[in-house]
Amino acid sequence: MNRRSLFKLIGAVAGSAVMYQAMTELGHAGESGYTGPVELKGDPKGATVLILGAGMAGMSAALELRNAGYKVQVLEYNDRPGGRNWSLHGGDTYTELGGFTQHVQFSEGLYLNPGPWRMPYHHRALLDYCKRLKVALEPFTQVNYAAYMHSSKAFAGKPQRYREVQADFNGHVAELLAKATNQSHLDRTVSREDREVLLDAMRAWGALDKNYEYKKGFLTSERRGWVSDPGGGTTSQPTPSDPVALHDLMQSMLWRAIAAGHVYEFQSTIFQPVGGMGMIGKAFGRELGDLIRYNAKVTDIKQDERGVTVAYRDAKAGGPVKTAQAQYCICTIPASILSQIPMTVGAPMKSAIDALYYDSAVKVGLQFKRRFWEQDESIYGGISFTDMPNALIGYPNTRFFDDGPGVLLGAYTFGANSFQYAAMSPEERIKKTVEYGTQIHPQYPAEFQHGVAVAWHRVPWTLGCAGHWTEELRARHFDNLCAFDGRIVLAGEHASRLPAWQEGALLSSLDAVRRLHQRVMAG
Amino acid sequence: MKPRIKALSAMVAPVALAAALIGVVRAQEIYAGGYRQQTGEDLYRGLCQGCHMPDAKGAAGAGAYPALADNVRLVAGIYPITVVLNGQRAMPSFGEELSDEQIANVINYVRTHFGNRYKDAVSPAAVKAARR
Repeated sequence: MNRRSLFKLIGAVAGSAVMYQAMTELGHAGESGYTGPVELKGDPKGATVLILGAGMAGMSAALELRNAGYKVQVLEYNDRPGGRNWSLHGGDTYTELGGFTQHVQFSEGLYLNPGPWRMPYHHRALLDYCKRLKVALEPFTQVNYAAYMHSSKAFAGKPQRYREVQADFNGHVAELLAKATNQSHLDRTVSREDREVLLDAMRAWGALDKNYEYKKGFLTSERRGWVSDPGGGTTSQPTPSDPVALHDLMQSMLWRAIAAGHVYEFQSTIFQPVGGMGMIGKAFGRELGDLIRYNAKVTDIKQDERGVTVAYRDAKAGGPVKTAQAQYCICTIPASILSQIPMTVGAPMKSAIDALYYDSAVKVGLQFKRRFWEQDESIYGGISFTDMPNALIGYPNTRFFDDGPGVLLGAYTFGANSFQYAAMSPEERIKKTVEYGTQIHPQYPAEFQHGVAVAWHRVPWTLGCAGHWTEELRARHFDNLCAFDGRIVLAGEHASRLPAWQEGALLSSLDAVRRLHQRVMAG
Repeated sequence: MKPRIKALSAMVAPVALAAALIGVVRAQEIYAGGYRQQTGEDLYRGLCQGCHMPDAKGAAGAGAYPALADNVRLVAGIYPITVVLNGQRAMPSFGEELSDEQIANVINYVRTHFGNRYKDAVSPAAVKAARR
């Protein structure tokens, strides 16, 4: 390994700053601009706003505009508030496109979040709404040092603990860098005084011994864990563990998963609502009450110089077309659906809507008789990663040590795996997910009870999980998507630079509300 | 611009393992996965029916997926080629994920099944020529 490829490796795995810069350029990171509840000063004199969609964007807009004195009405396709903010509990029924119906059998208090499941500490708008709406939060664990990194092609398919992979990776890289430093290979890039500090840093970071070597012993076992832990009294002698050799570690590719936890959105502290992500949508729904009309399928959106007229029908019963009117419209319907609804907007907004297809994602929740991952393997929350099509296993971050059944996230996939998952029936998705998971947790077959599988391309009201932006699409369409077209403005995660995140939906909505209010106040 | 995006993707790739960050990288770049199916039928069953449904009759909710069964729009092979390669509104593009052969195979399968009887097969060369 030469110096350049070494730095590249460090950059790729350890360098969150590098990662962050790359991601910012692609529009995926960046701090929330939220500084507190939106202030809408002045009397809108009964101005009316029709909001389409009762997800995070639509309901936050409704709440703020109502509080500012607007007359607000919300139309929602589903029979519940929340949109993609959604939890499936026992007793729920979910029918996906194609008529495949699942009756969720989870035990009391257990759930799957088919959509969002984590809330980073810097998603300030989302956290502030939870505070205002009194939604109780608890910690979500992203990185769990006891969780597994699994490759079907490495270590004979035996899962490795994250702490082992990370300790060995850091240790080997630190040793290599220390050697390069000592051998003066870094003379041109690192000053003499920095070299001394660098050596100290590598020793501390990588758990190297006095010779700057990463070797089996107390130091390294205090990072990667012991074969038998230090104890008390007569049985106290610990047995150190063997680090994995550099070659095996590199070729296993398990190091790839280390970087995941370095990402801004996945850094501690992360939260989840107690009782499921859907608690936020429910709280918004309670707050807005009968301002929301449920089961309303929008079929046409028209505007002229005086206002906006939206045609809709009962989503379940069909029946006659009804209309709703207002002076302004905030439309949060996903672009994938909106592109199919006739709409009087100009070519720039229409082209932007038409340009955005939605990504594929699949989540599978599995209920087991007991929490064997805790009882047998000491895994309390967090995520295991695998190269199998289920991609990861997410352990419940709540109700630790519970005797009863537990639900874990057995699969969370994107891309090609996800499209192929979506092409299966729900039963087949669950069956496959159990098969994959058995390779990591052999307890699966004996403990499995039932599951539920949500493929976002089969969700009747989104046709995918989130808008698929590329750098090129953003350059061409993003401003046009967000700009007012007459009396209509769009909002939602797709109208944000935090795609797929609830924070993006909220910030986009608050921005739309601010602009709408400015117009109304300007007369 | 293209090469730069590629380089970034390679660097960011591990992130998608945990990805709520879809769109940075599609997961098939990480997992050996991708689409291994080669025949038109296998590709339809393994991919297309996710949205267009096992009977190719599409489905409708708040929005709809069009039926491919008995679809007169399939009369000219170039139309499905263009849609599969580039996407169209809610339909994702698959030009990067599928080979010319795979795209030709699945289009030929759909154009000769589900009530469609178009005799003129599309060729991988036609798919290749339609790539932009």
